[in-house]
Amino acid sequence: MTDATIPASTAGSGSASARSSLLTVDTHTRRRRSSEARFRLLGLLAVSLGVLALLGLLASIFSNGLSSFQQTYIRLDIHLDAARLDKAGDRNPEQIAKVSTFGYAPLIQKAMEEKMAAAGIAIDGLSANAAAELISKEAPAELRRYVLADPSRIGQTVPFDLLASGRIDGYYKGRVTMASAELDRNVSPQQLQLADQLKEAGILETRFNWSFFTAPDASDTRPEAAGLGVAILGSAYMMLIVLALSLPIGVAASIYLEEFAPRNRFTDLIEVNIANLAAVPSIVFGILGLAVFINFAGLPQSAPVVGGLVLTLMTLPTIIIATRASLKAVPPSIRDAALGVGASKMQSVFHHVLPLAMPGILTGTIIGLAQALGETAPLLLIGMVAFVREYPGEPPAGFFDPASALPVQVYNWTQRGDPAFVERASGAIIVLLVFLVLMNLIAIVLRRRFERRW
Amino acid sequence: MNIKALLSATAVASVAFAGAAIARDQIQIAGSSTVLPYASIVAEAFGENTDFPTPVVESGGSGAGRKKLCEGVGENTIDIANSSSRIKQSDIDNCAANGVTEIQEVRIGYDGIVFASDINGPSFAFTPADWHNALAAKVVKDGKLVDNPHKMWNDIRADLPAQPILAFIPGTKHGTREVFDEKVLIDGCEENGAFEALAAANNGDEKAAEKACMALRTDGASIDIDGDYTETLARIDANKDGIGVFGLSFYENNTDKLKVATMNGIVPTTEAIAKGEYPVSRPLYFYVKNAHLDVIPGLQDYIEFFVSDEIAGPDGPLAQYGLVSDPELAKTQEMVKNRTPMGPLN
Repeated sequence: MTDATIPASTAGSGSASARSSLLTVDTHTRRRRSSEARFRLLGLLAVSLGVLALLGLLASIFSNGLSSFQQTYIRLDIHLDAARLDKAGDRNPEQIAKVSTFGYAPLIQKAMEEKMAAAGIAIDGLSANAAAELISKEAPAELRRYVLADPSRIGQTVPFDLLASGRIDGYYKGRVTMASAELDRNVSPQQLQLADQLKEAGILETRFNWSFFTAPDASDTRPEAAGLGVAILGSAYMMLIVLALSLPIGVAASIYLEEFAPRNRFTDLIEVNIANLAAVPSIVFGILGLAVFINFAGLPQSAPVVGGLVLTLMTLPTIIIATRASLKAVPPSIRDAALGVGASKMQSVFHHVLPLAMPGILTGTIIGLAQALGETAPLLLIGMVAFVREYPGEPPAGFFDPASALPVQVYNWTQRGDPAFVERASGAIIVLLVFLVLMNLIAIVLRRRFERRW
Repeated sequence: MNIKALLSATAVASVAFAGAAIARDQIQIAGSSTVLPYASIVAEAFGENTDFPTPVVESGGSGAGRKKLCEGVGENTIDIANSSSRIKQSDIDNCAANGVTEIQEVRIGYDGIVFASDINGPSFAFTPADWHNALAAKVVKDGKLVDNPHKMWNDIRADLPAQPILAFIPGTKHGTREVFDEKVLIDGCEENGAFEALAAANNGDEKAAEKACMALRTDGASIDIDGDYTETLARIDANKDGIGVFGLSFYENNTDKLKVATMNGIVPTTEAIAKGEYPVSRPLYFYVKNAHLDVIPGLQDYIEFFVSDEIAGPDGPLAQYGLVSDPELAKTQEMVKNRTPMGPLN
């Protein structure tokens, strides 16, 4: 507008130098346009920087972590030697249970020797003990569980797909090389040669790692056995609790505040506080959880129930704010129409306003849940950042059993000494990301399908 | 929509919460992140070889673990605190105030602290005196106490490699830092004569001199790492001139990336530490709340299992992972069996 008016006035004054037309661009307009172009460029730059950072992050996670979905196994025929496992020979489960995992290790060594002899593999300078080190330390435990499940299996020769040790597994994922094995105290080049020959003979193979999703965590000496089972279950339990508590409480609170509560100082105060709570750092909720739920209420440590309660507190403000926004978005005409045909206030809310606001409420809830799923800090204080190997039981009693959580597992694994855990941690991040993307997708679909605009 | 269903589900859930028994059958352990790998190895083996569930092992630091142990007696408090340093009188007082009177002190073995650099760099042969000269804020040069002038390792001693001084040492919240201060900085300070000079500067006050020995230069040559050894390793990976402080077991898991330095001419190995030849090591402990021994199922079995020869002995899985086995293990086994609580600190 100014462009048009200024030249007109100057033209009227008759000055030749200031004469211009709307068709030729004057300096002021040029400056405005170039500033706009600059801003666009800046914006584009910001976006591409963000995209670049995201791509870098994803590339590093995926290049480190995708290999954790593959696992190397070695197939051995193990003779469950009665002379070792049941000296008395009466198959008494109590006596058999006294044989510890240390008693099962020699069986594996013997099976390895036999397998090598049968396949005609011989490596210079590799002891039988070192050859058996190709097998994970988890294997004796697996054998022991198998035998204890049915003692009559003693004496049989059973084929087992045993986990290869972390270093051997790493060899097929490019983490360990002949050159690094030279320097590595936990694996020798001869062991890698043996692994290569076993692979040629079809005894060693790499395949999809289902146990990564089902197995519990493992100690530092057996990264190959570590899985996300307990963590996924723990996270699922917590999400159930968060959903069951925060959705009804959040929705009830918002409906009351939005539709029924009188507007006065008190409700204003509540509103301000809810907005503030949404911005409180999550660790504060952890401290609160420790003080209230564990020390005061006496709930157990490391339990999903406490984690769920703490995360509920954290998620509530998010849900309340989202719910109130979507209730507000329902036009007053709907309420007026309902009231006009004689519906009570409650009927108008529950029959008309709430169903129309539901897509927004659910979107807010899912986003709140996704936030809670990725949270570690509050769990640190309530003892969930821990080494947990036992699966929690079935709900509801299982809510009180110790469990871990997905982000916690990532945090734990990044602290371990064995480099194989770096891969596991990145794999766990991928799993967590997939869950988050899925939840966000559901939120988007819900919004797209059911949202109505007025 | 189905608000009613949701409401009733919540009601059912809360009734279920109230009804569920919260008796604990898992052992709860918390404390030092240095002891954590060992404790989790034992916990795993214990779960596999007994009918008891696998204990839950939390990390969070020695001090935090001891504090949690001393919170009181009862099922919602922990049973065992792992610690990479000895319990303090303040912890014992705190425990006593909360009714935790009998505590067992179990020494599980020794942990070596090693100095390691990038595998492709030069080899280092240090003495504690070198480290004090490299990192202290004030050192003795030509008989005078001066601000640390050393830029390169060969400024300190001509036979050290010509590499800029850059050290990644554990931050002050780590138990490892205490050992580093005591066994490296203070010992080195005494060896290279700075201690005397500092004591003289403080009018003969030895406490103040010790404190001054531990004061580090702030020009970026010494960097505190508050994270774990994995962070130190990543720093060395990014800056090949760096020398990091690690636990022996961490180094043994990463021998393909790190080159270990000798200290007083001794290569850190479990044998050298067991013999007491390698100077930088410390005992590791766990503390057991005796009041829980007959309440939490399997607690006594777990402690006995932990210190058994099969586990903590020189050929056990802990020694394989880098723990230096305690030569006096038999004594510990006897003590654990008799549930002997620890006496006053001496």
